Amino acid sequence: MTHAAAHHTSTGLDSRKMAFWTFIGSECLLFGSLISTYLVYKGQSVTGPTTHEILNIPLTSVSTFDLLMSSLAMVLALAAVARGDRLWARVWLATTALLGAVFLGIQAYEFTTFVHEGLTLRTNLFGSTFFVLTGFHGGHVLIGVVWLLTLLLRSFQGKLGPEHALNVEIAGLY
Amino acid sequence: MDQQREHHESAHPSTATYVVIAAILTVITLVEVGVFYVPAFKPVLAPILLVLSAGKFALVVMFYMHLKSDHRLFTLLFSLPLLIALGVALALLFLFGVFVSG
Repeated sequence: MTHAAAHHTSTGLDSRKMAFWTFIGSECLLFGSLISTYLVYKGQSVTGPTTHEILNIPLTSVSTFDLLMSSLAMVLALAAVARGDRLWARVWLATTALLGAVFLGIQAYEFTTFVHEGLTLRTNLFGSTFFVLTGFHGGHVLIGVVWLLTLLLRSFQGKLGPEHALNVEIAGLY
Repeated sequence: MDQQREHHESAHPSTATYVVIAAILTVITLVEVGVFYVPAFKPVLAPILLVLSAGKFALVVMFYMHLKSDHRLFTLLFSLPLLIALGVALALLFLFGVFVSG
């Protein structure tokens, strides 16, 4: 199912999945550089607000947990699509998209609060590195939510059967 | 060999496994939050959180992204850049003297 069932490849593996894992590898490098930049400049800001003054750890924990649960919903959606269970595929796809949207909502609230408290992209090194890092992550989640909604639409059109499980798996990897 | 590979099916974990992993992830997250509020852990907070986060990351990648059951080439495609990224991060932290006290 997940391997080259439809077309022959030299590795025997599906090219789309291979390409997507390569892309995820490149994402490791992107986020590795962004996290490094954040860590290198941590505590180097000349002016406030600083990390300890502004970060809301309980809220961040909730949003992290929300994303973990969206991962669970995503694999349950994949399992439902693979077994041809249209109803549960839709339920879990919608749940995953909803949890992604909740994360984005929390991030929007967090960003707005920070800006009101005087932390913007241009305030200090913490603001620049924090907003670029978390903004890129939020952008990825946004693309993921849109992708999930297109899969949900395909499901309602009756075009997301077990033969399309790889499409769902790749979206899940993202 | 190619033919053999083509017929290699990746057996994804069962729904029960997915739920068990979610429960473990929940417990780890609760421990993370708990550790943050216990003053005794303050000196070792960062290493503890790093270890717990790495555990969550490994569980998600192995089970939810199916690397544990998928072809090893996918693991290689993911692990190699991840190791490079970790190396670059450590090198930068050393270069900028983050580990130098005082």
